[in-house]
Amino acid sequence: MSYIAKPKVSWAGQERNSLGLTLADYEGGLSTLCAGCGHDSITAALVKAFWELALKPEQVIKLSGIGCSSKTPAYFLSGSHGFNSVHGRMPSVATGAQAARRDLIAVGISGDGDSLSIGFGQFAHAVRRNLNVLYIIENNGVYGLTKGQFSASADPGSRAKKGAENRNQAIDPVAVAITLGGSFAARSFSGDKTQLVPLIKAGLMHPGCAVIDVVSPCVTFNDHEGSTKSYAWTRQHLHAAVEADYVPPSTEIEVDYAEGENTDVRLHDGSKIRLKKVDPDYDPSNRARALDFLEAHRARAEVVTGLLYIDEELPTFHDIAGTAKQPLTRFEFEDLSPGADALAEFQKGLR
Amino acid sequence: MKRTDTNDPDYFHKVVDCQWGCPAHTDVPEYIRLIAQGRFTDAYMVNRESNVFPGILGRVCDRPCEPACRRGRIDEKPVAICRLKRVAADHKEDIESQLPRVPVHKNGKKIALIGAGCASLTVCNDLMPLGYECTVFEKLDRPGGLMRSNIPSFRLPARVLDEEIDYIVGMGVDLRLNTPIDSMKALLDEGFDAVFVGSGAPKGKELDIPGRWEADANVHIGIEWLESVAFKHTQAIGRKVLIIGVGNTAMDCCRTSLRMGADDVKVMARKPRDFFKASDWELEDAEEEQVEIVINRSPKEFVLENGKLKGMVFEVMEYDIENGRIRETRVTGEEFFEADDVILAIGQETAFPWIERDIGIEFNEWDEPVCDHTTYQSTLPGVFFGGDAAFGPENIIWAVEHGHQAAISIHNHCHEKSVADRLPRTMNLGSRKMGMHEWSYSNYFDPAARRKMEHVPLAERFRDLDTEVELGFTAEQTACEVERCLNCDIQTVFTDALCIECDACIDICPTQCLTITENGEEEHVRSRLTARPANADQPMFISDQLKQTGRIMVKDENVCVHCGLCAERCPTAAWDMQKSILGIPYAKDHDVMPGGCRKAG
Repeated sequence: MSYIAKPKVSWAGQERNSLGLTLADYEGGLSTLCAGCGHDSITAALVKAFWELALKPEQVIKLSGIGCSSKTPAYFLSGSHGFNSVHGRMPSVATGAQAARRDLIAVGISGDGDSLSIGFGQFAHAVRRNLNVLYIIENNGVYGLTKGQFSASADPGSRAKKGAENRNQAIDPVAVAITLGGSFAARSFSGDKTQLVPLIKAGLMHPGCAVIDVVSPCVTFNDHEGSTKSYAWTRQHLHAAVEADYVPPSTEIEVDYAEGENTDVRLHDGSKIRLKKVDPDYDPSNRARALDFLEAHRARAEVVTGLLYIDEELPTFHDIAGTAKQPLTRFEFEDLSPGADALAEFQKGLR
Repeated sequence: MKRTDTNDPDYFHKVVDCQWGCPAHTDVPEYIRLIAQGRFTDAYMVNRESNVFPGILGRVCDRPCEPACRRGRIDEKPVAICRLKRVAADHKEDIESQLPRVPVHKNGKKIALIGAGCASLTVCNDLMPLGYECTVFEKLDRPGGLMRSNIPSFRLPARVLDEEIDYIVGMGVDLRLNTPIDSMKALLDEGFDAVFVGSGAPKGKELDIPGRWEADANVHIGIEWLESVAFKHTQAIGRKVLIIGVGNTAMDCCRTSLRMGADDVKVMARKPRDFFKASDWELEDAEEEQVEIVINRSPKEFVLENGKLKGMVFEVMEYDIENGRIRETRVTGEEFFEADDVILAIGQETAFPWIERDIGIEFNEWDEPVCDHTTYQSTLPGVFFGGDAAFGPENIIWAVEHGHQAAISIHNHCHEKSVADRLPRTMNLGSRKMGMHEWSYSNYFDPAARRKMEHVPLAERFRDLDTEVELGFTAEQTACEVERCLNCDIQTVFTDALCIECDACIDICPTQCLTITENGEEEHVRSRLTARPANADQPMFISDQLKQTGRIMVKDENVCVHCGLCAERCPTAAWDMQKSILGIPYAKDHDVMPGGCRKAG
């Protein structure tokens, strides 16, 4: 953390988005995370993505559980809605929030402890229901808030700060999400904003559950030699497979991409998620091959990044549950609670 | 791009825009910090080291530092640097004990200085403590030169001038008032070891148009008129006054006229406002006093009636202006303005009728002495020029810098060293880290706007020529204004080998100064910066290849507010906040071996 809050400074030539807002307008409170924490970089990437998409902060709801990761919603978009919930229960609260306010863009921030240990079941069901949320897992392989014990995503064979070796198998949230029938599974690295920012933009505009597993080094407890989630190790073992970017509906200008390199995934509003294959062998629309690819690279100790699986055709939580098109908060009270007589009338029909 | 050489003293010096912009390189952020701590005397001494006349300059400096100030790129108005200088001067305690000591036993070298203005006095200030015997020849009956004769006392009170001149004269300078020099040849024959000419630019330019000489009784040359007012030879002027020209002298003339009995004063400008030579703040002060500035009027002739001045005819001008340059000029008509008196303030130049042209001092085609831009030596060894006398009219702070440099040359000359021998400037860096999140400077960015100087009410200020118009900053104004300084001398210093490329500094920087990117040609690096560079004149810091990815750290210095957050956020202390101290060598730093006697000329 730093002692003074980031001051608001404006200067000649400062850039503004189409709403006339500066990057600083999308920032939040003073971060109390360790100096150099990957989570702060993810926060900065989120700020940049929201700013570039020119979303209004009040259009957004931030949700989180418990952990270092779950503190981060306080550090961006101070003008948006938010709910800091119970450990591992962010998906439940997000489901409720979406049920009541489907007009809001939901952003869930979780960590490897919050989603892969105590909240593993919650995570699994949010994915298989295709809940309309951007689900970011800030993954550092340790429980930073309780002084660096291995988490469920720590790789077997990696070493803790004091030398202990991890002998449990690791959960890969991306592989899990694909297996569970997720519609959007991606991985990135907090130290690579050129990849992460477009990925967040694509995830925000993706209608269903967009899981982004972001390797986010714990600078205090997991940035040493022997760690497989350190800045140095991650950089040495990164393997980008598919880059993704979001293309707004009105943009028809084709930029200088080499032919055959890109595939566009069309969203309902006419916008596109543009996929740029870095690894020519990779096909992000094929579940079996995606899992195969992940497994092959895991065996080579490589961290595969990019948009690894996408299926825009899968129905989302709202489609499946048949929720009202209008947010529940917009209904008149009488319509939401028509009274005892209406209930009796309804029950008659069930007899 | 190659790694920026931060060992070059100029790199960090350039980041301190005010100090870089100041001809004498005054350590502005340091003295502002001292004022913030209430250490006015220390702040004064930091000033005096480089600019010699803080009290005078705190009122009437041309302020090249202020347009350069980084704060002006953040919230339009720069820090009120000049006003803060005056705060230090006004509130200091007795500084006599801190003045350089003058040795009892002299070094046997005698220097003659012509003109008791800021340039000559600076030379004395630098050389007296080294044991020189300085003799200053002044034609008027009081010292100060242009500072006394051309700057009206309502801007620069005599007591301020006297005090700072006395510090220097009090070192034992042999000041000979009422002693004009009529012959350089005769002076050289007196056997001085060196001669310094600091006689200024005493000749006001003429406007030789019809009627000029017939109306001579009511047409005055600006600087001569100001001098005669300063020495109380002139006590009044007509009701209606026209000032020709729109430089700072014109501003002094119009405001002085109002105090000498005029009540309708117009400043006549040939060109539009963007082309005015006067400083913005002097224009503002004049307009506050209801002086009318008439643009696009070019003087054509003086009109007389019964042998007395009645007014002037002007041509009405029209200009085609493109990108701030005049493309075409047209005369669209004529206009008559009434006047009882006219003051010409259209420039001034040097005049050396007293220097014989056959003694080895060469003059160029404009009749200016040929002298070196570094050593200030003329073509006659041992004769030096400084201030306005050297290269034409400039300002006080330039004259002070000329004085410092000429003093080094004189010191070398008198000890048989090459006058061009000069020590390089040095740069020292020292960390300002006090603890985890503690710096020994006020690092928070204060968004306050520039404080406004209070003036004496209009009704009161015209009663007396000597009433100082600016009241000085109050304690509250000072406390606020010092916090506006961005501490540009507390440098962001980067240690390449420590960086783990975690992006923490980039994320926390409030002005998006930092970028980690692939190396390449300058234009490509610039195109990949986090924020588009708005100012290509500002330096860019380039690191070596970083060890994890081989990329480079780039810092665009343009709008860095020196808040230190990059250093606070850095987990490996790759960034540190370090105070840069510029070492400026003066005459006293130039070690000389005792040498033989070499006479001037």
